[in-house]
Amino acid sequence: MSASVDTSRGWRAHALRLAEAATHPLVPADFLDLFAPLRTGAELRGRIESIHPETADAATLVIRPGADWAGHVPGQYVRIGIDVDGVRNWRAYSLTHGPRADGRISITVKAVPDGKVSNHIVRDSRPGTLVHLEQAAGEFVLPTPVAGEKTKLLFVTAGSGITPVIGMLRNLFPVTDSGVVRMARSAGYDITVVHVAPSHPDSIFSHDLEALDAAGCIRLVARYDDEHGILDLADLETLVPDLDERTTFGCGPGGLLDALAAHHSERGLPLYVEQFRVTALVAGEGGTVAFDKTGALVACDGARPILEQAEDAGVLMPSGCRMGICYQCVLPMREGVVRDLRTGELTTAVPGETPSGGVLIQTCINAAAGPCHLDH
Amino acid sequence: MTTIQKKPRIGQVNPIAHLSTEDLEAMAVELDAIRQSVIDSRGESDARYIRRVIKTQRSLELGSRVVLLASIFPPAWVLGTAGLSAAKILENMEIGHNILHGQWDWMRDPKIHSTTWEWDSATPAAQWKYAHNELHHNFTNVIGKDNDLGYGIMRVDEDQPWAPMHLGQPLWNFVNALFFEYGIAAYDVELRGAMLHKTTKDPKFQREFKAVLGKIRRQVTKDYVVHPAASLVTGSFLTTIAANFTANTVRNLWSHSVIMCGHFPEGVQTFEKRSIDGETKPEWYVRQMLGSANISGSKLMHIMTGNLSHQIEHHLFPDLPSNRYGEIAPKIKDLFERYGLEYCERPLPQQVYSAWHKVLRLSLPNGWLDQTTPRNLPGQLKRLFQMTTGGPKVRRALQARMTQENRRLAKAA
Repeated sequence: MSASVDTSRGWRAHALRLAEAATHPLVPADFLDLFAPLRTGAELRGRIESIHPETADAATLVIRPGADWAGHVPGQYVRIGIDVDGVRNWRAYSLTHGPRADGRISITVKAVPDGKVSNHIVRDSRPGTLVHLEQAAGEFVLPTPVAGEKTKLLFVTAGSGITPVIGMLRNLFPVTDSGVVRMARSAGYDITVVHVAPSHPDSIFSHDLEALDAAGCIRLVARYDDEHGILDLADLETLVPDLDERTTFGCGPGGLLDALAAHHSERGLPLYVEQFRVTALVAGEGGTVAFDKTGALVACDGARPILEQAEDAGVLMPSGCRMGICYQCVLPMREGVVRDLRTGELTTAVPGETPSGGVLIQTCINAAAGPCHLDH
Repeated sequence: MTTIQKKPRIGQVNPIAHLSTEDLEAMAVELDAIRQSVIDSRGESDARYIRRVIKTQRSLELGSRVVLLASIFPPAWVLGTAGLSAAKILENMEIGHNILHGQWDWMRDPKIHSTTWEWDSATPAAQWKYAHNELHHNFTNVIGKDNDLGYGIMRVDEDQPWAPMHLGQPLWNFVNALFFEYGIAAYDVELRGAMLHKTTKDPKFQREFKAVLGKIRRQVTKDYVVHPAASLVTGSFLTTIAANFTANTVRNLWSHSVIMCGHFPEGVQTFEKRSIDGETKPEWYVRQMLGSANISGSKLMHIMTGNLSHQIEHHLFPDLPSNRYGEIAPKIKDLFERYGLEYCERPLPQQVYSAWHKVLRLSLPNGWLDQTTPRNLPGQLKRLFQMTTGGPKVRRALQARMTQENRRLAKAA
């Protein structure tokens, strides 16, 4: 048995080596990708199948993932690499559906002001476009209910923070033409949702939430800034009388989550949070450049290239022409912001948004415009 | 030709003497603005362009190789060989060369990036990037610094003293053209220098040399073992080998011709080593402008040369996407005119002829070809024989006499 497995593996390895010898310096995948970019064994990609507007500035994308998509648990997110103006950008979005029978996945994106990627997805993305994917990830998922006991949960969400929650709710209570269906798996849950949005028309999934509330599946406390004023967390106990019995899941902007964490720790209540957008990088003049592999820290000014200042500080740097043409000095920046000294153009690297390997920058013509982490 | 710094000494005009430091600075400002306009408008259509070229190249290569599986049939051989030649040219020129320049790094696509790309050439991408991007593009046409000028095996300038071995350089150049990718690999690892200075045991040389051998082995395995073996089904083993050899040779001849046209034709200037000490950016720009030559032609010609037909634009801005050189060329040409500089541009046959003519002219002592006519041929041959067989003293004396005669001839004219 094991011998036959080994042989087949041996054959496969030989065949692969032969195929590689036939395609050098490319790999067989480079040719297969011409015909079947979503095949088994390909780099994980997906094809946008349809785009459904949700509100004036939000849309849901239905994507057919590649054959190697391993599935997801509702509440998890997926990292998507999408080309905007020809430049690959990576963002994380919650999957807004439970696992679907047709194998498709969906994300719901709200266009944020100045959001390059979100605006592109909502307004300019087209069916048929290939996007790059990573497998679903995230710990923000429903706890498994204990048999015979009700699991009492509270979701506190703001704006597009509703997206991972809607994925969980849809999985428990699918909405069909004949109304909301209560799946057997939903029996163990007692769910209250406090959802905050600027106004009712701006609120994505408001209709889904209202339908679930009307069907008695969840209790919805919707708070719209224009109707009810800005939510004060001190009122949470009034809005949710049985707050102390519930486990809270919060998803939304950093400000809300920080306040929620303070509020809950004061009362000793359990809290799980999910936040996508890290605090925005503010470009300034100069900053500390950390070389993560060598461990060196160099305080750089904003007027001279990183290369020069790092060398002055004794860091062994790759270099070449020193005028931005030969690309010998390129290093990956994991986090930070640099300014091109020739053009003033800023390049930023934000973990979670930009490629996990870092954004490659030319150190000979870029100056630090804030604290930076270089993989060197 | 002689370096522009020495021209006034022999009665020629230094082509940048009329430009003040302020003129050069003003010109650099304009050039920076042209570069910026391309960077600002780089976007989706450019990304679509390079992906389309890559897709076309791969489809063409795949299709041609499939056709060659039956290369025993002459029409299949011709079609497959032509397609494979074109695919190999595209792969080296418009795709490989330009990606390795970092022209497409801005897309942040890890598959189309100067740090990850490998190409179908004997010289490994990393070594070529150093020799080409760092040395050649930095020291363009600086005698003694730029290896691309004659690849260290040829006399490329009147200022270099003539020696009998230079008589062979048209032949070397032709052999180099036939096996161009190996020639490039050899001078990227500085094989000749390593042999001359006996540094072939040097670990750095060993490492690089092994990398080249590894690449050549993989290339040979692909072109001359795996694909011919696959063609055995139709009895096309030998014909597929012939087809692959032909395609590689066509690519070598083509890329050699295009690259000769870039810096070799008459009208292109060379520079003295000392002249680049403390060189400013505007001075660097003007050296790139005068040290390069363009090929005029159709859109297809530009693509097949990897847009090195826009050598001047490429040397000014080596990392701009190649598909945009054509668009900025009229602006650059206009700038040449306004600043009174010569924009060296001719169709391919003229540039190739001009470059080869120079190789031939410089293979002979200075002025020999100019003053040779059918009538004085026997005398000239005798003189050449004396210079070839005689010592340095004889050569110097005969050269001096010839230079004097030439000057007199020029005056009389």
